[in-house]
Formats: sequence, C-alpha cells, structure tokens
Amino acid sequence: MSKPGRKKLIEFYTRMVRIRKTEEKLMEVFSNGEILGFLHVSIGQEAAPVGICAHLSDLDYIATTHRGHGHAIAKGIDLKYAMAELFGKKEGFCMGRSGSMHLADKKHGIMGANGIVGGGIPIATGAAFAARYKKTDQVAVATFGEGATGEGAFHEALNFAAIKKLPIVYVCENNGWAEFSPQSIHMPIKDVISRATAYNMPAVQVSNDVLEIYEAAGKAIDHARAGKGPTLLEVKCDRWHGHYVGDAQKYRGKDAVEKAMGKDCLLNFEVTLLTDKVLQKKDIEKIGAQVQAEIDEAVDFARECSFPDPSEMMDGLYI
Amino acid sequence: MKDIRYIFAIKEAMEEEMERDENVFLVGEDVGLAEGSFGASRGLYDKFGPDRVIDTPISELGFTSMAAGAASCGLRPIVEIMFMDFVTCCMDSIVNQIAKMRYMFGNQYSVPIVVRMPEGGGLNAGPQHSQCLEAWFAHVPGLKVVMASTPYDVKGLLKSSIRDDNPVIFIENKTLHAMKGSIPEEDFTIPLGKADIKREGSDVTIVTASRMVHESLKAADALAEEGISLEVIDLMTIQPWDRETVFNSIGKTHRLVTAHEAVKQFGFGAEISAAVTEEILDELDAPIMRVGAPFVPASYSLEKFYVPGADDVKNAVRKTMERSF
Ligand SMILES: Cc1ncc(C[n+]2csc(CCOP(=O)(O)OP(=O)(O)O)c2C)c(N)n1
Repeated sequence: MSKPGRKKLIEFYTRMVRIRKTEEKLMEVFSNGEILGFLHVSIGQEAAPVGICAHLSDLDYIATTHRGHGHAIAKGIDLKYAMAELFGKKEGFCMGRSGSMHLADKKHGIMGANGIVGGGIPIATGAAFAARYKKTDQVAVATFGEGATGEGAFHEALNFAAIKKLPIVYVCENNGWAEFSPQSIHMPIKDVISRATAYNMPAVQVSNDVLEIYEAAGKAIDHARAGKGPTLLEVKCDRWHGHYVGDAQKYRGKDAVEKAMGKDCLLNFEVTLLTDKVLQKKDIEKIGAQVQAEIDEAVDFARECSFPDPSEMMDGLYI
Repeated sequence: MKDIRYIFAIKEAMEEEMERDENVFLVGEDVGLAEGSFGASRGLYDKFGPDRVIDTPISELGFTSMAAGAASCGLRPIVEIMFMDFVTCCMDSIVNQIAKMRYMFGNQYSVPIVVRMPEGGGLNAGPQHSQCLEAWFAHVPGLKVVMASTPYDVKGLLKSSIRDDNPVIFIENKTLHAMKGSIPEEDFTIPLGKADIKREGSDVTIVTASRMVHESLKAADALAEEGISLEVIDLMTIQPWDRETVFNSIGKTHRLVTAHEAVKQFGFGAEISAAVTEEILDELDAPIMRVGAPFVPASYSLEKFYVPGADDVKNAVRKTMERSF
C-alpha cells in the first residue's frame, strides 16, 4: 500500500473537519429544536469513516449505525440534501422520513444508518453477496459499535461471510460505551477482534489514527476485492459525548469524559500535518472557514426547504 | 393516596414484587447501573444488587429466551425491552418458545415471565422507534397482552402480571411515562382480563387502551358540548379481552368506535368489531368505526399527522352518530 500523498492527506483532513463541524452544527440546531428525534454524534471518531471510505468508490456499499453521520459524509453524501433530511424536509434524501437515524443515499452506496443495533451488519453482508453474485469488483463495509457484537445478527453475518468469502470489511468502532454501559458489562473480552477467531477471519486492530486506519482498511478492502474474503477491523476510539445529544451522562464521571476528549484524532492529525509541513496554520484556517461556509450553506438550504405535506405520507407505499 | 408518575409506578410495582418474592428479578439492557433507559428501575440496582437487576449485552433474543428458561425452572423474570420495536429481534423467544412451552409440553412447565416494553410515537424517532405491535402478540395463543393507561393501572396491572403464572406481554407508552396520577399507599392489584370504564356515557361506546384512552376522554369532553355522550372503555388487557364489559356497554349505547395508536388494519379494534358483529350484531344501530394510524410506517417528520388523536376519535364518533341501519 503506497503512502497517501499530499493531496490525499489534505483531503482526509478536510473530510474530518467536515464531519466534526457538521456534527457541532447539528448539536446546535438540535438544541434549538430545529431538528427532532434522536441525534447521536460521532465527535472524536472521525478518523475511521475517513480512513475507510478513502478506499471506496460510489459503487461500493456501506451500511452504518445510529451514529452514522461521519460515514455518510466520508462516503461523499451531498451535505445540502443530507441536512435537508436531518431537518425532516421533503427535499432530503429520504423525503424527510428518516432524519438522522436512517440517513441513506443510494447514489453514494450509503445503505442507511440504522435504528436497530446490529441491523446493518447482515444488510451490508447482503450487498457483498450481491456484488459476488453479479461478479463485480464492488466491496461492502459494515460499521458498528462494540455493543452491536452482542447481537446474533453480528455473529450470523460474519459466519456467513466467512464461509462464502464475501467481499466485505466489518469495521467495529470500539468507543468503550454502548448507551449507558461500559464495555465490561457487554463483553467478557477486551478486544472485539478476538471474535473473528470463531469465524476463521483475519482481524486487525488499530488506534484512532486516520493514517493507521487508512493503511489497515486499504489492505482489508484489497483483500476483499481480490475475492479473498472478509476482514474484521477494530478501531479503538473514544466517545466524547453522551449516547445521544441531551444525555447528561450521570453514569460516566466528568474525569472520564475529559479523558476521552483529551484524545482528539482530528487535532492529532492536524499536528502531524503541521509538523510534516503538509499544511501551515493559515491553510488550516482556510480549510476550516471553507468547510464552515459549506455547512452554513447546507443549513440555510435545509431551512428553506419544505416539510412534506401530510397528503404525501402514503406516497411510495406499494400496498 | 399519593401522587406518582407512571414511570415510578412501574418501578414501585417491580420493587414491591421483588421484595415480596425473591424469585422475581429484572433483566434487560441498561436496567441496572443506568437504572433503565426511561428510568423505570431507578434505585433497584442499589437496592437489590447485580444478581437481581441484571444488565445484559445487546442481545434481545438471548436474554429473553434465557429468562424464559429460568422462568420454566421456578424463577419469575421481568424482561425489559427498551423500545417495543426491538422486540422484533426476539420474536422466536416470545412466539415459538414462551407462548408454547406450557401447552406444547402438556402442562409440565409454566412460564411465569413478564416482558415489558414501551410502544408508540411521541419522540419523532421515526419508523424503527415508534411502533405499536400489540396485535402481533394478541394473535399468538399463549400470551396475555396488557396495556396500561394511568399510573394507578400500570402499577396494579404490572403487579398482577408478575404474580401471574403465565407469560404476559406488558405494554407501556412512552408519552405516558411522565404522566402523574394518584395511587393508594398500600398494596393493590388489578385483575388481568377486566376492562375499566373510564367514563360512563349513553350514546357511543369507545373501546380503547393506553394513550388513546386519554385522547378518547378529551374527545368525550368536546363531544359532550355537542350533546353526544361517550362511554370510554379502557380494555387494559387486550388478550384476553373483557367481552362482558364491552358487550354490556354496547347493549346500552348501540354504537361502537374502537381506537388504538397502532395502524388501523388488523389492529385489536378489528377483532373487537368482528366479535361484536358475530355475537351481538342486533344491538348495533350503526356501523362500527375504527380509529388507528394510517397503514404506513411512522416517519420522522410527519409524526404529528400520523399518530391518531382526539380529533380522529371525534370524527369517528360523529360518523357513527350520523349513520344508522
Ligand atoms: C436491537 C436494538 N437494541 C437496543 C437498541 C438501543 N440502543 C441504541 S444504540 C445502543 C448502544 C449501541 O452501542 P454500540 O453498538 O457500541 O454503538 P455506539 O452507540 O457506541 O456507537 C443501544 C443499546 C437498539 N437501537 N436496537
């Protein structure tokens, strides 16, 4: 795997900034009541979606989770129409029906965030099956948290994919928490990669570092594309915020939250890029301002869009 | 009497039953340390410890069937499913195992288990977090299905469900969790299988449950001003439902409206309507009207137009008043 060049590095950085700033904006508009329902942000976990999706084309598939904004953005979703969806507007990708928790964009191979923990894992496996069936060189990625590995859906999908050597990469972003419970409540093991042994599946663990993730994901995706079967990739990361926006996190001490927030994959990458002179301070500022303008434009767009009319509720129901 | 919120009435029922019977335990996701996603088990972990208030992995199928196994060996589990939507992940457990064990094994095993879950909209949480699926369970022989609409009812019905020797699907409603109401200080239970007339009336009988009881009561207030008198029956137990109370009421009003938050098609309203036409058709003076959500998944941005309310009840009542055989 060749090392990413300057242009790629800047693209990675920009995407991470886009995820971070979009979710910060989402927290703001959620708090002022402009978006409703549940909002799960992935702040602090931007490295994985970017490092992984860098290897995927629009034809490749990804199925994600309730914490799925980052993956959609990294996979290339158009921010304006994504924002319209989050605002529940009919111009949104899902006609205002999905909001944050089911955001999907077929054009970019985004098979949906999911409200059911583990729900997307076999769905992505099915996408990999379809790619194999049609003899294309597409791959699929399933992302999920460590909590999801308690579901039968996870084990059944991995077993099937391993038997059939399907072109898929299973990406577990292990942030140590499933809702209000630490990993120790859910799992008798420290590392999710241990689970791959049962399926005779290669497994790799990486830290929350975009370049490390990029490299490991590249190998796994090449492996899948070459018809050699699935890989389980575990990214050890931290959840900065509560399970959802508005979660007071009484179950988790202030110190633990501060400690998590002290580990910043975006800032670390920024420091690397500055140290390696890929970027200068003024470039960083410029990227930040550009991304912010993009997001503000998306929010303005979303605000101007219209809510679906109640008379459209039945549209597309085929019964 | 004392004032209490619905969610704490649930907690009190569980707490008192756990004190009364050491075989009662609570199991589910985030029920222990986190005291329940909606706060239904506040204080229970501290009081009873991790052996009786059990946090599970995210494995609905596994822990529900494990609870069933434990129940058939003498324990009395209360299983919490965080949202009713997630119960779909353990339908094998409930439909193939729990509902059948006693009958299929020739009465050798009984399965005294309560599976609690909140249903319904109210959070704008979209298609996978807003469903009302009580009819699924009511359609399976071997399950009792309970729906509680007030703090008093939820406490009394939950206690009866826990004491019952057979499986009970116990359905709460998210919008009712914060509701306040008064309950007695002392121990009380409400029998399963009995409906409660929440308001007496003479023109139209409304058969309903859970959140729609309150919407029906609102409709009754409004319609009273138009001179229409509604009798509001809270079924409380959907399966087996209280035919006697419903039929007696229709014998008085001669008009029936059913109302539930679940989609109208194939809902419990359909079963009641069918039973009424089979058994007491002569009592009816007008067609039966059913209120329920449109036959489409809930959606994120249209929830307020989707979830049925008092206006839908009013319209249905007016329609049945306008018509006659
Ligand atoms: C089948 C199912 N069970 C429970 C839930 C409630 N729930 C939503 S997110 C979550 C925790 C998920 O933890 P993890 O998989 O580690 O992902 P993270 O939230 O850390 O990203 C739970 C229990 C659900 N949505 N679906």
